[in-house]
Amino acid sequence: MKPSKISSLITGFLASLGLIILAYFTAKTGPSGTTMSFILMGLAALQAVVQLLFFFNLKTEKAPHWYWIMFLFTILIMVVVVGGSLWIMSNLNYNMMM
Amino acid sequence: METHSTHDNTLFGFWVYLLTDVMLFASLFAAYLVLMNGTYGGPTSSDIGRPVYVLVETSLLLLSSFTAGCAGFFMSRGKKIATIALWIITFVLGSIFMLMEGSDLVRLYGLGWGWDKSAFLSALFTLIGTHGLHVAFGLMWIIVFLIPLIREGLTSTVTRRLACLQMFWHFVNIVWIFIFTVVYLI
Repeated sequence: MKPSKISSLITGFLASLGLIILAYFTAKTGPSGTTMSFILMGLAALQAVVQLLFFFNLKTEKAPHWYWIMFLFTILIMVVVVGGSLWIMSNLNYNMMM
Repeated sequence: METHSTHDNTLFGFWVYLLTDVMLFASLFAAYLVLMNGTYGGPTSSDIGRPVYVLVETSLLLLSSFTAGCAGFFMSRGKKIATIALWIITFVLGSIFMLMEGSDLVRLYGLGWGWDKSAFLSALFTLIGTHGLHVAFGLMWIIVFLIPLIREGLTSTVTRRLACLQMFWHFVNIVWIFIFTVVYLI
């Protein structure tokens, strides 16, 4: 974690704030249902990336590439655990008529 | 072979710990997503949120994450007073957030919508409660680390630990972004 520049912190803060407000208004006035869920999750993921880049300073430099490797591995595990749970439960819901 | 300083190793180890904490929250999110429709005749996710309130507390936490980042910035430039001041500001903002989050949960319980009333509410209280617990630990850590910071100044031990605390605080903010999106907006 290299120390940030103030400009990077301010950019990250304003971008995150903008994304929060955008998400909030999309939820209020946008399309409902699955489309909305995808848009909102996309905005949340984008904001997480923005924060990781600007606050954590998670960029590709020589030694810190290990940080990226661990992070990507975590994402993989999360996709398997969360995605798998949702898949299984929805399958159970359907098959057991619940 | 590259050699890594204690500083680098500790920070990397702490990063790996944070990732395991992310997995903890991922499983709580999975539980919430599976159970969110199990409302048992009680409130649904659209009944429990107060949009402006949540927007305010989210912005406060985001601001505290920014001030924590600024604290790290001044710490790397050796500015002790600014570092102390910014961590105190972060503590104040984080405390206000905790009070808001806590009082919201208390309000839900007071309405009769406790964690024991439906699967949805159980998952909700667990997810938000665990996040609140993390914020509480972060606040405790700020206090605990302020003491050596004030007494000894920016020694290598102090800067290493504050860097870990800063990462923790950013992590807490990122998790809240997802809670805010999944629970209150979707």
